[in-house]
Amino acid sequence: MSNAAEVSLETAENAGRRSHLVRRMLKNPTGLFAIISIVVILLVAIFAPLLTSQDPDYADIRNILASPGGDHLLGTDSAGRDVWARLVFATRYSLMGAALATVLSAIIGVTSGLVAGYYGRWFESLAAWLTSLIMALPGIVVLLATRAVIGPTLWGAMTVFGILLAPAFYRLTHAAVVGVRGELYVDAARVAGVKDASIIGRHILAVVRAPVIIQAATVTIIAIAIQAGLGFIGMSDPNIPTWGGMLNDAFSRMYQQPVLLIWPSAMIALASVAFALFASSLRDELERSGGAKKLKGKAKAAAAAAVDTSGEPPVVHAELEESDAPVLLEVSDLVVGYDQPDGSLTQVVNGVSLAVRKGEVHGLIGESGSGKTQTAFSILGLLPEGGRVAAGSIVFEGDELSEKSPKAMRRIQGKKISYIPQEPMSNLDPSFTIGSQLVEPIRETLGLSAKDAKDRALDLLAKVGLPDPEKTFRSYPHEVSGGQAQRVLIAGAISCEPDLVIADEPTTALDVTVQAEILDLLRGLQKELDVAVLMVTHNFGVVADLCDRVSVMQNGRIVETGPARSIFAGPRHPYTKSLFDAILEDGAARGPLAHAADRNTNAGGAK
Amino acid sequence: MVRFTLRRLGAGVVLLFAISTIAYLLLYLSGGDIARTILGQSASQETVDLKAEELGLNEPLIPRYLGWLKGAVTGDFGRSWFSSQPVTELISSRLAVTLSLVIGTIIITAIVAVAIGVWAARKRGAADRVIQVLSILGFAIPSFLIAIALVNVFALNLGWFKPTGYVQIGTSVTGWLGSVTLPIIALSIGAVAAVAQQVRGSVIDALRQDWVRTLRSRGVRENKVVYKHVLRNAGGPALAVLALQFVGLLGGAVIVEQIFAIPGLGPISILATSQGDLPVVMGLVVAIGLIVVLVNLVIDLLQGFLNPKVRLS
Amino acid sequence: MNATPAASEPLLVVEDLVVEYPIKGVGRKPFRALKGVSIDVRAGECVGLVGESGSGKTTLGRAVLGLAPVTEGSIRFKGQEIGQLSRKARRSLSDQIQVVFQDPYTSLNPSLTIEQTLAEPLRVKNIPSAEASKRVRKLLDQVGLPSDAAQRLPREFSGGQRQRIAIARALALEPELIVCDEPVSALDLSTQARVLDLFKGIQEATGVAYLFVSHDLAVVRHLSHRVAVMYHGEIVEYGDGDKVTSDPEHPYTQRLLMAAPVADPDRQAQRRADRTRMLEAQRQADLQAGAA
Repeated sequence: MSNAAEVSLETAENAGRRSHLVRRMLKNPTGLFAIISIVVILLVAIFAPLLTSQDPDYADIRNILASPGGDHLLGTDSAGRDVWARLVFATRYSLMGAALATVLSAIIGVTSGLVAGYYGRWFESLAAWLTSLIMALPGIVVLLATRAVIGPTLWGAMTVFGILLAPAFYRLTHAAVVGVRGELYVDAARVAGVKDASIIGRHILAVVRAPVIIQAATVTIIAIAIQAGLGFIGMSDPNIPTWGGMLNDAFSRMYQQPVLLIWPSAMIALASVAFALFASSLRDELERSGGAKKLKGKAKAAAAAAVDTSGEPPVVHAELEESDAPVLLEVSDLVVGYDQPDGSLTQVVNGVSLAVRKGEVHGLIGESGSGKTQTAFSILGLLPEGGRVAAGSIVFEGDELSEKSPKAMRRIQGKKISYIPQEPMSNLDPSFTIGSQLVEPIRETLGLSAKDAKDRALDLLAKVGLPDPEKTFRSYPHEVSGGQAQRVLIAGAISCEPDLVIADEPTTALDVTVQAEILDLLRGLQKELDVAVLMVTHNFGVVADLCDRVSVMQNGRIVETGPARSIFAGPRHPYTKSLFDAILEDGAARGPLAHAADRNTNAGGAK
Repeated sequence: MVRFTLRRLGAGVVLLFAISTIAYLLLYLSGGDIARTILGQSASQETVDLKAEELGLNEPLIPRYLGWLKGAVTGDFGRSWFSSQPVTELISSRLAVTLSLVIGTIIITAIVAVAIGVWAARKRGAADRVIQVLSILGFAIPSFLIAIALVNVFALNLGWFKPTGYVQIGTSVTGWLGSVTLPIIALSIGAVAAVAQQVRGSVIDALRQDWVRTLRSRGVRENKVVYKHVLRNAGGPALAVLALQFVGLLGGAVIVEQIFAIPGLGPISILATSQGDLPVVMGLVVAIGLIVVLVNLVIDLLQGFLNPKVRLS
Repeated sequence: MNATPAASEPLLVVEDLVVEYPIKGVGRKPFRALKGVSIDVRAGECVGLVGESGSGKTTLGRAVLGLAPVTEGSIRFKGQEIGQLSRKARRSLSDQIQVVFQDPYTSLNPSLTIEQTLAEPLRVKNIPSAEASKRVRKLLDQVGLPSDAAQRLPREFSGGQRQRIAIARALALEPELIVCDEPVSALDLSTQARVLDLFKGIQEATGVAYLFVSHDLAVVRHLSHRVAVMYHGEIVEYGDGDKVTSDPEHPYTQRLLMAAPVADPDRQAQRRADRTRMLEAQRQADLQAGAA
C-alpha cells in the first residue's frame, strides 16, 4: 500500500462521485420528469394571474356547466365560474397551503429533533412523549375538530396539520442525530474545542439534510392529499379556489358534467406523483453513492492489481513428509468477481489454487482485501449478492461445486461442508432461541425427530464446553456472551458431522483470553472428529497454533504455500517476509522513559 | 409481559385523557351561540335562553367539563344537541361500519403487501423496479381520487357494483361484500404501497445479515430462511408502518365513506363538526382515540412476540 | 495530597477515579465502569493501558478527554483539576489534550475534506485560513501523506492513511498529551507496524505524551515506557513496560500474556503447555484461598 500511488490512482473516480446530487438526478429519467413537473407546477402557481384573463371567482349564473371552448378554455363549473382560471389559482393556493404545512412541520420537527438528539435529557423525554401523543391523534378528527373550532380556513387547517406532521421530521432528525452523536468524529470535534452550535451545524445538519428533503417531499404529498380531501368533503374555505374545492363541486355534478372531475384530479395526481418520484429518485441517488463506497472497500485491492489470472506462480515449499490422506477439496485457478453496472467484472480472487486433505488444517492467511474470505465464501457457495465464480473449479470429494445451483449446494452445506463465522453475535438470528437454531438444521439435514435433535443439540452444547447446556439451549442470542455465542456457532458447524469446516477468522472478534479458549476447543474437536479445516485468518499466531499447512494470500492470489513448519522456519516470498517482520510479539520493549528528572516519581500506582 | 401491557394501557389512558381535555377546552372556547343555531333565527330569545339552560351552556367550564368526564368514564357521552339521540348509540352503530372497512383494508393490506414486498426483495431487478414505480404511484395518489375513479369505471360505466349505498352484513352477505369492495380497494392501494415498500426494505436488510449466510451454510432450506427467519426479523418495522396506516385509514375512510354514501363515522363527523355539536364531537374524539390506543397496544404486543429483546426488557 | 502544582508532579495525574453510567429505569443502580483508578503520565512519556473488552480502559481515556462522567476522584492536568469542567472550560483545553480514536472509518466526518477536518481545531483558535492551510500541509507531511491529500474526502483513503489523518488532526494544536484509544487495532499487521513507528517518531520529535489504550499486549510493549493492566474497572498491575509485558506478577496479566499465540509452531506448542499449567496452578491457588 504505497500511499502516493494509491491516492493518485483514485483521483479520477472521485471527481465523478463528488458531482452534485441534483445534477445526477437530472440525468436519470425519473428524476428529470419529477423535477420538470415540479418546476412547471411551481411556475403555474407563481404566474397564475398571467395565465388567465378570467376572474376565478366571477360567477356567471347564465352560463353554468359550459363545455370547454370559447371564452372558457375548460368550460365553467356549477356556479358558472371559469374552470381554467380556478384551476391555475387553485394550484397557487393548494401549493401554498401544502408548503405552509410542510415548512412549519419541518421547522418544528428538525429544530426539536436536533436539540433533543444532541443534548438529550428532559427535552428528549418531553419531545418523545409529545411525539407519541401527536402520532396517536387521528389527523382527520383533529382537522374536523379544528374546523368546528375556527371555522373553514385553509391556512388554519394547514397550520394545525403542519404541527401534526412535525413528528415525521422530529423522528427522522432525532434518529439521525443520535446516530451521529455517538460517532467518533463528533467526539473528536468536541475534543478539538469546537462549540456545540458549530458541531450541530457542520457535522450533524449535513447528515440530516438529504433525508429531510426526502421527508419534506413526502409530507408535501400528504398535505396535498389531506387538503384536497378536506376540500372534497366541503370543509375548505369556499372563498379560496383549491383543488379539493373544485373536486367537491365537480363530484356533485358528476352525472351532468363528468369531465369537470378530471382537471383537479389530474393536478392532484400530477403534483403528488412528481413529489413522490422526486423523493424516490433522490433516495436512490443517495443509496447509490453509499453503495458504491461499500463495494469499493472490498474490491479495491483487486482493482489496483492486474485483472487477469496471470502473475507469478506461488512459492511452493517441499513436503516435509508424504501424506497418504486423500485430497478432500481441490480448488484450481479460482477467479471470483463482482459484476459492475457497466458490465465489467471486478475481480477479488485472481486464480487461486489450493488443496485440503482429509483431516488436515489448512491456514489461509492474508491482510484485508487479499481475497481470503471471498475464496472461503465461494467454496461454501455463499458469495455475497453480485459475486460469482468467474473461472476455475472447486472440486469437493470428486464433485464440481462451482456449477451447482443454490438448491443443490444446500444438500452439501452443513452436512459435508460447514462454516464458522467471524462475528459471533451477528451470526445468530436474534429472534429465535439458540436451541431452535441448532435443532433446525439437525432435523433438516439428518432427518432426526424433534426429541432426538434436541438431545443431539444438548450434547453438542456440552461438547463445546458450555457449562449449562439446558440454559443456553433456552437462551436468546443477546443473553449470552460473545465467547459463548462462538461456542454455539462451533456446535452448529459440527452438528451434522461435516467433512470440511470453513472457519472465517473464528477468533478475531474475541478477547485474547477467550481466543485462547476457542483455539483449544477447535484443536480438540478437530483431532477428535478428524475433520478437515480451512482456517481463514490474518494472525500468524493462530496459524502456528492450529495449522498443518499454510497459504499466504495477497491481492487475490496465493504467493506462498507449503507445510506450516517450513514456512515459519523460512519464509521465501518478499511479502510473507514483510508480514513476519511486522509481527511485534518478540520485539524489544520500549524501556523506561529516559528523563532522569522524572525517574523518582512514583511508578507504583497499582493497588 | 403483563407489566408491559399494563404500562402501555396506563400510557394510553393518560393519552386519551389529554386528548379529550384539550378537545373539550378548544370546543368550549369556540362555543358561539349554539342554542340559537339549534333553534334557528325565528325562535324567540326566551326559548333560546331556555334551550341554553337545558343544555347546561350557562355553567362555567370546569363543572361542565367535570360533568362530561364523569359521564364519559361510565360510558355516557350525553345526547346530541341537535338530534337529541344518545351519543353512544349514535356512534357505536356507525363505528362498526367504519371499523369493518378499516379492518378489512388492513387484513388485505397485510397479506398483499407481504407477498409483494418479499417477492420484490428476492427478485430485485426489473420486476422490483416495476413494483417500486407502482408503489410510488399508489402511495402518491390519494385514496379518494382512486375511489372516484373506481366509482366512475366499475359502477357507472361497467355497472358491476352499485355506486353508492351500504348493505348490512346481516341483511345480505353478498350485498355487503358488494357494497364494501370498491371502498376497501380504494383504501387498500395506498396502504399496500406503503407497507410493501417497508416490507421490501426490511427484507432486503435482513437478507444481508450475517446470520442468513450462517443459516444457509447449515443447509437450511431457502424458503425456511426467508419465511421463518428473515420475515420474522423484518416484521417489526413493517408492523410499525401498518399501525400508522391504521390511524391514517380512519381518516381516509371518512372521505371515502362520503363518496360511497356509507353510513360510517364519516358523514356523522362531518355533520357534527360543522354544526359544532359538542357532545357528538367529543364522543368521536374519544372513540377514535380509544381505537388508536388499542391498535398501538396490539402492535406493541406483536412486536414483543416478534422480537425477544423487546419482550424481555 | 498537596493540591498546589508541584514542579515535579507528572503531566497527568488520575487519582481514585470512579466513573458511573446511569442505567435506564427508576431505582436501578448505575453501572460502575471504573472503580477507583489511579494512574499518571509524565511529559514525553507513553503509558500503555491494556485490558480486554469491558475492562474500562476506553472509559478511562474518555474520562481524561472529558467525554465520560466523573463520579468521584480527580483528574489533574499540569496541576489543574479537569475532572468536572464545564463544556466551555473544557474547550480551552483543546490545545493541550488531544485524541486519536480506534476506528479510522468513523473518526473522520465522511462529508468533509481532509483540509476541513484538519483545519477545524485551527479555526477554533482563530488562526487565519491562509496560515491554517499552510499548517495543514505541514501536518500532512509530518504524518507521511502527500500534500494534495488535503482536498480529498476520507473515503478515498485506506484505513492506515485515515489513521495518519486522525493523528495529524490530533497534532494540529501541538498538544502535550494525546489519548490514543486503540489506534492500531483496526489496521492490518503491516500497516499497524508503520503507524506505530509514526507514533514513536512523533513522540521523539515533539516530546508529546501518550496515554495509549490497547487490548494488545505486544502493541503496548512496543510503544510504552510504562504499562498499566486493567481488569473489571480496576488497574491490577502497573509499572515498567518491559517487566509488565514479559514477566508479569498479577495472575490476570499472566493469563493475558499466555493467551496470545506466538507465531512459531514449536514455541506456541510450548506456550500452550505452559498456559495449561499456569491455569491449573492459578485454579489451585484460588481453591486454597477459598478454603482458607
